[in-house]
Amino acid sequence: MATIADVRQRPHERTDRWWIEPIFIVTVLGLFGIYAFVVSVMNNNYFHDPYLSPFYSPCLTTGCIHPTFPIIGNWYNLSPAFLIVGSPLAFRVTCYYYRRSYYRAFFWSPPACSVPDARAKYSGETRFPFILQNIHRYALYLAVLVLAVLWWDVILAFNFDSHFGIGLGSLIMLANVVLLSGYTFGCHAARYLVGGYLDSFHGKSLRFRLWEFATMLNEHHSRWAWFSLFSVMLTDLYIRLNAAGVIVDPRWVLR
Amino acid sequence: MPTVKVNVFRGDASGGELKRYDVPTDPGMVVLDVVHRIQATQEPDLAVRWNCKAGKCGSCSAEINGLPKLMCMTRMDTFEEGEEITVTPVKTFPVIRDLVTDVSYNYEWAKTIPAFKPKPKEADGTRRMYQDDVERVQEFHKCIECFLCQDVCHVIRDHEEDKAGFAGPRYFVRLAALEMHPLDTNDRTELIRQKYGLGYCNITKCCTDVCPEHIHITDNAIIPLKERVVTSTYDPVGWALRRMRGKPATLAAGEPEPPSA
Repeated sequence: MATIADVRQRPHERTDRWWIEPIFIVTVLGLFGIYAFVVSVMNNNYFHDPYLSPFYSPCLTTGCIHPTFPIIGNWYNLSPAFLIVGSPLAFRVTCYYYRRSYYRAFFWSPPACSVPDARAKYSGETRFPFILQNIHRYALYLAVLVLAVLWWDVILAFNFDSHFGIGLGSLIMLANVVLLSGYTFGCHAARYLVGGYLDSFHGKSLRFRLWEFATMLNEHHSRWAWFSLFSVMLTDLYIRLNAAGVIVDPRWVLR
Repeated sequence: MPTVKVNVFRGDASGGELKRYDVPTDPGMVVLDVVHRIQATQEPDLAVRWNCKAGKCGSCSAEINGLPKLMCMTRMDTFEEGEEITVTPVKTFPVIRDLVTDVSYNYEWAKTIPAFKPKPKEADGTRRMYQDDVERVQEFHKCIECFLCQDVCHVIRDHEEDKAGFAGPRYFVRLAALEMHPLDTNDRTELIRQKYGLGYCNITKCCTDVCPEHIHITDNAIIPLKERVVTSTYDPVGWALRRMRGKPATLAAGEPEPPSA
């Protein structure tokens, strides 16, 4: 007779294709990471009047093609994207949804439900570096500031030489910021901060409504996360191709 | 009447093996029916724990083709024709015999959770709860204690050494129900961090995936508790606010200790 170890400690009995999800996540997040790094290093083609790429907004140096808040002088000669990448990166890295995804796909902790962990020892988020996941709400605060700037960029994207107009780029930027807002305000930390910390909503109707709204967004947080990731990339790509003269932005301007 | 090939774990704490059975099936059968048919026609001593056969008692938890499920809620017509089915006991807990495991680990943790401590009654001698508050915690009370979430949680499934310091998703649901209760006055936040080991959870959401009652364990219980722990421990603003309001940082002495203590 086989021992318990023989039968019960076999890796797993799953017969379905559990490995598809980790492969998909590694591929998509890996490609996005490569794209984000390359466009940040390139330091060109990020502005096509009046569109500013979300990878370069807010643009904080005087050397920017289209400065938002030029608080850093010409002594800074690296890509301005590096100055702001930390905020959205920290927000996404500490996001509860992305944590679920990359712990499974990159760390195999575990790779799928009831498939064993890759590592023998496990301490979760109790020790460095993963204890730093607890900064998520601070990353949210920064992400909200950046989001406010991106909304300002969208308003500017409808301004063509002081005339109101609508270009395909304006609409793409608007869609992008709507998706980013859905992702940001539906985050678990936002849901907690607007009202989830309360034990009773009685007499706190505004906080209850905000909590309900955040809950409604939060129910589809994974979709907001993926769609907003893709939209940031596509918005940048669209502006980049226009700036490089590869495509021409169709626009209607009221004069 | 199609016949299915079913592998069932047969054994006890000292050892065991997967034994194959050819079982005739009828339309509408669930895996528990198949196990009962094996018991009735081939192996009268096959041990299986069950009760309601309606997905409400949480007794017939097992692993079916490696996935934690209730046998009574897993229909046979969800398998491909000719697909071999493997039924094993839940992996996280020790086998008593065949498909029956010793889940007392869970009851030991349950004993340690500080009880509901209500606010004083209002002037008219009642305590009031409002519907919006009731609805939020009501979800947690759907738990049928099948312990599938405990079984699938890799913290205790794959790391025996962590069992003493991690209560598991079922008890975070219980703790969330108490912590978010509008009439409860106990503060268990520090206990949740230190003794129930909330920090071990890395949000892989397998507990939510397997819950037969579709409780949003991770989104509605674990993550809100994590955020409360952030406020009390890791957020300096939240920590300062708590100090100013004079709320206790730790639970009162005399509460039961978890099994690890």
